[in-house]
Amino acid sequence: MTVPDNGTALDNGTALDNGAVPDNGTAPETAGDEVLRPHAEQQYAAELALLAEHDDRPRPPGWRLSPWAVTTYLLGGELPDGTEVSPKYIGPRRLVEVAVATLATDRALLLLGVPGTAKTWMSEHLAAAISGDSTLLVQGTAGTPEEAVRYGWNYARLLAEGPSERALVESPLMRAMRRGMVARVEELTRMPGDVQDSLITLLSEKTLPVPELNAEVQARRGFTVIATANDRDRGVNELSSALRRRFNTVVLPLPESEADEVEIVARRVAQLGRALELPEAPAGLEEIRRVVTVFRELRAGLTGDGRTKLKSPSGTLSTAEAISVVTSGLALAAHFGDGVLRAPDVAGGIVGAVLQDPASDRVVWQEYLETVVRDRPEWADFYRACREVS
Amino acid sequence: MTDVAAARGTAGARVEVFGIRHHGPGSARAVRRALEEFKPDAVLIEGPPEADAIVDLAADPGMVPPVALLAYAPGEPPAPGDDAASWSDRRAAFWPFAEFSPEWQAVRYALDEGAAVRFCDLPAANQLIPPAQADDDDGGGDGGGDGEGIRLDPLGWLARAAGYEDAERWWDDVVEHRDGGPSPFPAIAEAMSELRERVAAWPSEAGPSAAGPPPPGHLVREEQREAAMRRTLRRALRDGFERVAVVCGAWHVPAILARVPAARDDRTLRGLPRAKVSMTWVPWTHGRLAERSGYGAGVRSPGWYAHLFAAPDRPVERWLTDAAAVLRREDLHVSSAHVIEAVRLAEALAALRGRPLAGLDEVTEATRAVLCEGADLPVELIRSRMVVGERLGSVPDDTPMVPLQRDLADRQRRLRLAPSADGRDLELDLRRDRDLDRSRLLHRLRLLEVDWGVPAESRGRGTFRETWTLCWRPEFDVELIEASAWGTTVAGASAARAGAMAEAAESLAELTSVAERCLLAGLGTALPGVMRALADRAALDGDVAHLMDALPALVRALRYGDVRGTGTGPLRTVVDGLVVRVCVGLPPASRGLDDDAARDLLGRLDRAHSALATLDDAAHTARWHTTLASLVDRDGLHGLLEGRLTRLLLDAGILADAPGRMARAVSAGAEPARAAAWVEGFLSEGGLVLVHDDVLLRLVDGWIAGLPAEAFTGVLPLLRRAFGEFAAAERRAIGDRVRHLSGGPSARPGDDPVDPVRAGPATATVLRILGTEAGS
Repeated sequence: MTVPDNGTALDNGTALDNGAVPDNGTAPETAGDEVLRPHAEQQYAAELALLAEHDDRPRPPGWRLSPWAVTTYLLGGELPDGTEVSPKYIGPRRLVEVAVATLATDRALLLLGVPGTAKTWMSEHLAAAISGDSTLLVQGTAGTPEEAVRYGWNYARLLAEGPSERALVESPLMRAMRRGMVARVEELTRMPGDVQDSLITLLSEKTLPVPELNAEVQARRGFTVIATANDRDRGVNELSSALRRRFNTVVLPLPESEADEVEIVARRVAQLGRALELPEAPAGLEEIRRVVTVFRELRAGLTGDGRTKLKSPSGTLSTAEAISVVTSGLALAAHFGDGVLRAPDVAGGIVGAVLQDPASDRVVWQEYLETVVRDRPEWADFYRACREVS
Repeated sequence: MTDVAAARGTAGARVEVFGIRHHGPGSARAVRRALEEFKPDAVLIEGPPEADAIVDLAADPGMVPPVALLAYAPGEPPAPGDDAASWSDRRAAFWPFAEFSPEWQAVRYALDEGAAVRFCDLPAANQLIPPAQADDDDGGGDGGGDGEGIRLDPLGWLARAAGYEDAERWWDDVVEHRDGGPSPFPAIAEAMSELRERVAAWPSEAGPSAAGPPPPGHLVREEQREAAMRRTLRRALRDGFERVAVVCGAWHVPAILARVPAARDDRTLRGLPRAKVSMTWVPWTHGRLAERSGYGAGVRSPGWYAHLFAAPDRPVERWLTDAAAVLRREDLHVSSAHVIEAVRLAEALAALRGRPLAGLDEVTEATRAVLCEGADLPVELIRSRMVVGERLGSVPDDTPMVPLQRDLADRQRRLRLAPSADGRDLELDLRRDRDLDRSRLLHRLRLLEVDWGVPAESRGRGTFRETWTLCWRPEFDVELIEASAWGTTVAGASAARAGAMAEAAESLAELTSVAERCLLAGLGTALPGVMRALADRAALDGDVAHLMDALPALVRALRYGDVRGTGTGPLRTVVDGLVVRVCVGLPPASRGLDDDAARDLLGRLDRAHSALATLDDAAHTARWHTTLASLVDRDGLHGLLEGRLTRLLLDAGILADAPGRMARAVSAGAEPARAAAWVEGFLSEGGLVLVHDDVLLRLVDGWIAGLPAEAFTGVLPLLRRAFGEFAAAERRAIGDRVRHLSGGPSARPGDDPVDPVRAGPATATVLRILGTEAGS
């Protein structure tokens, strides 16, 4: 995302704010055709526009939509003219309300959860709805340098001209501050501790000094940060309590009921199918339900009827994995099968998702197959298919 | 406001009806304010009129809410040992009051200002009629249970009409959270009139909650109650009161204002069945407020309501500050900055949800997201400490009480055991007099089924220690009132109860447990009767198994007697008789047993053996050993038992020929399965004997090694069972010994001469531990 030849002066932050996706090199209208996965604000541009049109509630400074409209955008609902807004997040309403209220009080939001609980998904859509731009993104890794959070230099220019505004390379956070937008930090806990620390004063003072130029960037109203982190990885680079204190924390749970999870999987699979331009194959709801049931039962270590205890495999078996199992199954069915999603198409994916640790998970899976799947007469095709792959 | 005085025919008198929500802090405050403005000379309150006589106690400084009015039917104790009479179908009813109950505020206002207080509901005497007389299922004044109709939850209707899912939240928004502003009561009366009209048209018009029609009994009862309210109002006006305020549930407002001829109400109320009822105040708890009883409405968050009522201003800020303090006490670091952000989040959430003020939901979300940083455990802590906020009220000393309650209160004071609602642990050292008395009191209460204290496991720390978990529950007052039929003091009543239980006991084991409980409770007076019953029963009971089962409890009881200084003479006699009977009955009982029966007897044998070891009576021990010795030589004894008996006798040191017996038992002539059972029985109390006795080990080893292949397969499971129970270290030690066996008898260790000089200090220490000084 760095733009080497950044001709923007420090004080005219609005100069770049001229399109839905600035600095992208691709015009928004062609993006949908060529990119693998369009951004939320591109994919749902129509919904966002409609929401903005009907939104007569007060908007916090720097917000594209009012908090109520943001909530509706995420949870779905009906607009006064009867247009249906599709739900982006299926889960407890209160979580979304807490998240939106947090951002409305210009606090930073930390989304916690095990892998696959829609943390990134939620943060992208929140940013898209609030700022109309979900691309101000820092992807946290063990190698994320401090420049990714603060700013860097275009060294050719630095050598030629000395420190100057033109030689400065902004980080996404700096750009968000300057434009009063939502910045996103993915996988916060994977970033090294010293890089995390540079967020502390940034979040409390809302200002980023540039001592080399004897200048500073003060955040405009509307600036805030959404960070995501993984519950299971907390040990990687534990957040310091000083940083923790600057976030309001929302823990995203795994889907509560089977019906919810089937709904999530079916919806996402349909969207992905469209985006990937898979040949149309009806995603049999039955097959999706079966995948979700297998995942839920193994995750909970208990069969759906509560009668049989099971061992749980080492992987998390999140909803996101269920989605990818069904999507790849659809591709198999379309390209190599008869066009209808059937047990053999998902069996391979399921086995792959369950067997993360080849030794211990195989035992878990075999047990499940022989004690649970085998005894369900209506699952005979699935049992056969799984036997063939494993 | 509505002035119905003209309709009542008393010139100049004014009546105001305040429709409230039971246990709603907002309506409590509104009622208080409205009363201060109206200045009534009489206040009529929804509640049983029998309470008129004791309402003055509410002004006593010793009366601290939450408390409840208790109506109960005196007399007729429940059948002894009848546990079926559960809490719900007791013939008792409660009208609980918290500090934030509008009724409580009305009572306090009236008492402070010198206005007359009258309760205007249907008399408890009519509500507490025995089930046989009730013509419907509505016996205890408790609504219809699950099938609640609109009539039972009128607020649900209004809330749904306003677009709220939860009636409590709606009421919070419209009434509870308003401070100042015009009186809400006219609007409530109007809304209720409207609602009642619509409900009258029901069921032709299906309501939003199609929950089925209310039970018919409820309708009749409601009519009676409202007739009673009108009649009380009429009487108050006739008595010359000029400014009368009525405080009642919002639903009843239109009915009280309705112009109904006095004659019709009299007709409704004539000839209702009556029960004899007594009335008193009892302490109540916040937890119990959440339940439906008396005033139907329960509240789920009494702590939050108490806070709303008590906090003079800024309830959200104060609540979150308190929450931070609770978390800090648990060493969770919460800064003031946290509290500030939590308040901001709660307010933003309330705005997002379109509420005028942050409610409990928003505050809890803010607590979770900011103060607790997303963790659920601390949120649960806040819930139990603050949202429910367990609290026990108290009543003044001159509250009407049955003698038994008074006796208990007296004892509690003397023993410094104040009742409280949070379950706390109490450690008692029975060597101290006060602790012993405390323990006896708790045991006596348990005999009366007042489980104020529940004993916790504290075995292995000496018999003079007891651990109890104390938690006072409001229903104990009812238990005490019922138990007062047994006597006027805790000691007397529990002794009488124990005697009755002993008479009704059906098995020996039941009797022994009564005896044990009597000893624990220090009921010397009841003991002779119980012992007599026990001796009679033991003499008649031919089943030696029962006798053996009874023995350990009695021996334990004898030991308690030593610790507690209870006279155990009669018990001793019973135990003596029991031992003799067991010794006589055991040989015939051990003949011709199958595997399962043998295993049962083995357990009993072990328990009886250890009981007798505890008893440590030379005569009994000798008799027991003789019995065992005669048994062990008997033909046809099950292998398991024979093995076990051999071991017991060996350990007792009266069996010289153990290796010979084992050799015979495991020799080739014996059936392998029986041999294995013998070995299992022999080793069932640990395998150390094999580590220390090479001869026995050699026998076992030789037997196993010599088994033919198919027999080995047969006995393997039995052996596995026998050895599987040993500790791992024991098994390893045996394995080591077996390895060294091959070296022949010369490898046997332990033949080194003892060095008395080096052993001296160790011996002295052991003797001191055992309580015998080396010198003495």
